[in-house]
Amino acid sequence: MSASNPATGTPLTDAPATGTPVTKAPPTAARSRRSGGTAVKYAVLSLGAVAFLFPFYYMIVGSLRKTTTGDLSSAVPSGLTGGSYTAVNGAISLGRSLLNSGIMTIGVLLCTLVFGVLAGYALAQLHFRGRGTVFASLLLVQMVPFQLLTLPLYVLVVRDYGLGDNYIGMILPFAINSTAVFLFRQFFLQLPQSLFEAARLDGAGELRILWKVALPMARPAVLTAMLLTFIGPWNEFLWPFLVTKDADMQPLAVSLASFLSNLQGTVANPTGALLAGACVLAAPAVALFLLFQRHFTSTDIDSATKG
Amino acid sequence: MTNLRPTATATATATAGAAPGVRPQGEGAATRHGRARSRTGALFVTPYVLFLLVVFAVPMVYTLWISVHRFYFTAPGTDIDSPWVGLSNYRDVFTDPVVGRAFLNIAVFLVINVPLTVILALVLASALNAKIRFRAFFRAAYYLPYITASVALVAVWQFLFGTDGFVNNLLGAHAPDPSWLVNSHLAMPMIAVFVTWKQLGFFVMLYLAALQNVGKELYEAASVDGAGRVRQFFAVTVPGVRPATTLVLIYAIITGANLFSEPYLLTGGGGPDHASTSPVLLMYQKGIEQGHPDFAAALGVVLVGFVLLISLAARKISERGN
Repeated sequence: MSASNPATGTPLTDAPATGTPVTKAPPTAARSRRSGGTAVKYAVLSLGAVAFLFPFYYMIVGSLRKTTTGDLSSAVPSGLTGGSYTAVNGAISLGRSLLNSGIMTIGVLLCTLVFGVLAGYALAQLHFRGRGTVFASLLLVQMVPFQLLTLPLYVLVVRDYGLGDNYIGMILPFAINSTAVFLFRQFFLQLPQSLFEAARLDGAGELRILWKVALPMARPAVLTAMLLTFIGPWNEFLWPFLVTKDADMQPLAVSLASFLSNLQGTVANPTGALLAGACVLAAPAVALFLLFQRHFTSTDIDSATKG
Repeated sequence: MTNLRPTATATATATAGAAPGVRPQGEGAATRHGRARSRTGALFVTPYVLFLLVVFAVPMVYTLWISVHRFYFTAPGTDIDSPWVGLSNYRDVFTDPVVGRAFLNIAVFLVINVPLTVILALVLASALNAKIRFRAFFRAAYYLPYITASVALVAVWQFLFGTDGFVNNLLGAHAPDPSWLVNSHLAMPMIAVFVTWKQLGFFVMLYLAALQNVGKELYEAASVDGAGRVRQFFAVTVPGVRPATTLVLIYAIITGANLFSEPYLLTGGGGPDHASTSPVLLMYQKGIEQGHPDFAAALGVVLVGFVLLISLAARKISERGN
């Protein structure tokens, strides 16, 4: 729960669970009451898990069935085939879409990693005029709903800069993730000050200190920030939808949405194909999440509740 | 999301204040080094500042400018006059009945989303906040929709709640007619439920963190006073997690103001008779599809004002309880 969580990567919620408060009743009564409470707990949690997971299960089964209908037997995996994946690939060229999603996401990750780390380090360790203003802007920016800036950004990027159907135009609004900058700053702030002072006395430049001293220790913070940054551009729909008209430039979220609204008639099992596309779109984020789950949960919360 | 970060800011100020005092060098060397570091600091932060200017400051000023002019989309390079029209775009926004409907839809969204999120997230978090088997599994399961793309989830929901969908087949004769997503009374509530479901995992984790901050001694004191489990929940837990609840409220307002993919994709472009049209969807339809960016810009400015006002009010109300 301490602010040092992002630093150590210790998952918040794996901290020793606080036992349920037990009233001071006779032991047997307390025990039976507690086990009753536990049963209710498991029932509630399992019900929740079913509600969360069923659509995912249905998505996978639906994408693999030969004919995908809405009747009750459709939830049973039988007669499985990969045909829907071939179909959706034919309709929206999955490879190209995935490539576009990948380029957009990697562009954002790189910019955030390079410029975000620099900014986070400066905000944490260096004194310069306007530091307070920059930090205040960083906090303010996270309150501004991005969608509200969409229209003027669209006019600027597509009309004035001529960056429609261009990767730079797709990346630009997300280029440096402010939450990541915030995380970097928090992390560099927690490193012992003496470390930096010693390096400075040795005459090391700030870039060298950042590269040789601060960054090697910052691996957990970097990992967390990268995971957080990844899901934004990968899942984003509105912005790439606006700036890409050329199907060859559209990331998967956009091409899948256009398949959802007007291309479904072109394949034999449209629902199956749609769900197959949804699986492909969901898979990378889900895989990354499951791999790095601990980092994901702990810091996300820490940054939201505490900073 | 950010107004609940007093700890972070306090730490920052403390560190900044303490640093000059502990510098072990002579006065002159310190100033020289300080100046060099000041230059480096400004240099390091420049790309980020430029980014903020290009992506936030300029568009914000630009929206204001567009909103008081007659503005047309033109091909790159062509120059067309944009005459000053004063507040007439704003008048159009306020007299357009669809705008009213879009704002009403946000209200419907908030009325359903906020209580549902608070109740479900708090219940699930309370259940998770104990020694429990499969804890990691439950946590991952709840978080899954939060990290998955809206477009993918919308595809499944559209199918689940379609006219011949799984849910209607399950309900048989009790299925609503017209079906969920094309029913003018149910389209907006369905969006609210979808968003609640998608984001709930995040808030479960938020409440879980908040619950661990509630002092054990408070529960002990309450139980000494003879309060049962339920009383304890309402007397100790609910007030104890108030900051997280405020966050749910503010987050819901921002999400509501930003709704686009859900009304556009889930309910096919805003539902029957604009039943699920959102302001951002309207901005897209008016501004880009129909070529009235000036109207859309004015609507955007009104929306920002609306969001700020409601967020401020929400904070005031939830802080009064403390």
